[in-house]
Amino acid sequence: MSAEKVEREILIEAPPEVVWGVLTEPEQIGRWFSDEAELEQRAGTDGTLTWRPGGRGGSASGMTLTIRVVEAEPHRRFCFRWGHPEGATADEDNSALVEFLLTEEPAGTRLRVIESGIDALAGDADGRARYREDHERGWERHLRELHDHVAATAPGGAS
Amino acid sequence: MAAPAAEDDALWAAFADPTRRRMLEALIEHGEASTTTLAESLPITRQAVAKHLVVLDRVGLVAGRRQGREVRYAVRPERLDDAAGSMARVAAQWDRRLARIKRLAESAQAEKINARRRGR
Repeated sequence: MSAEKVEREILIEAPPEVVWGVLTEPEQIGRWFSDEAELEQRAGTDGTLTWRPGGRGGSASGMTLTIRVVEAEPHRRFCFRWGHPEGATADEDNSALVEFLLTEEPAGTRLRVIESGIDALAGDADGRARYREDHERGWERHLRELHDHVAATAPGGAS
Repeated sequence: MAAPAAEDDALWAAFADPTRRRMLEALIEHGEASTTTLAESLPITRQAVAKHLVVLDRVGLVAGRRQGREVRYAVRPERLDDAAGSMARVAAQWDRRLARIKRLAESAQAEKINARRRGR
């Protein structure tokens, strides 16, 4: 359960099976996401995403991340967890969940992505637990209010 | 990439604590406040306030200014902007990836149709 959620979507003029291929085939993932990918389109399997130094991620050092595929329903749903510490089992306390949903439409495929649990990636376990208890107001709204308030009360910035 | 850079991580960690968020709200209300003033308006000890202020100061969310014998703290709105911007950055990254998926899928589809036409 998390207050943090990002949701985006796009309409693609291609049928779901083509979009599915781009989304989940390792050699295709290397063309839109990481520089290299190794994964199976099967729930419960671990895969890796690798960004090479100076590659797509733009970082100088390069990086490999383990992802855990949690759902893979061909042409419809592909979900994975990422951001958990190396060697740990991904769960809702230590990783963010990325869900891809494909819906067939007359013009092609609507592809939605929802990333939730982003707050799990920051702070210590204790802080996260307290945060979860306290998220009734919603993180983003809270920040927005806080920000608007500061912008209104301190134009030009506090010193 | 979902996990933000190390600096963002620290900013998030500072924000993810409800007590610190309450402190930020209190600071915004007061405009500027000392550790003592903050402790009076919150249900936590002066020591706890001081500890949290160190965290907030380290990530640049507050700045302290010495006035006589006490340090008065204020929120730095530009850093608050950064924190709000983290979510926007995650969204923008997904937008870029979705746009690439669209380009790849649509050109794969166009190739498929062309191949079918040629095959006829």
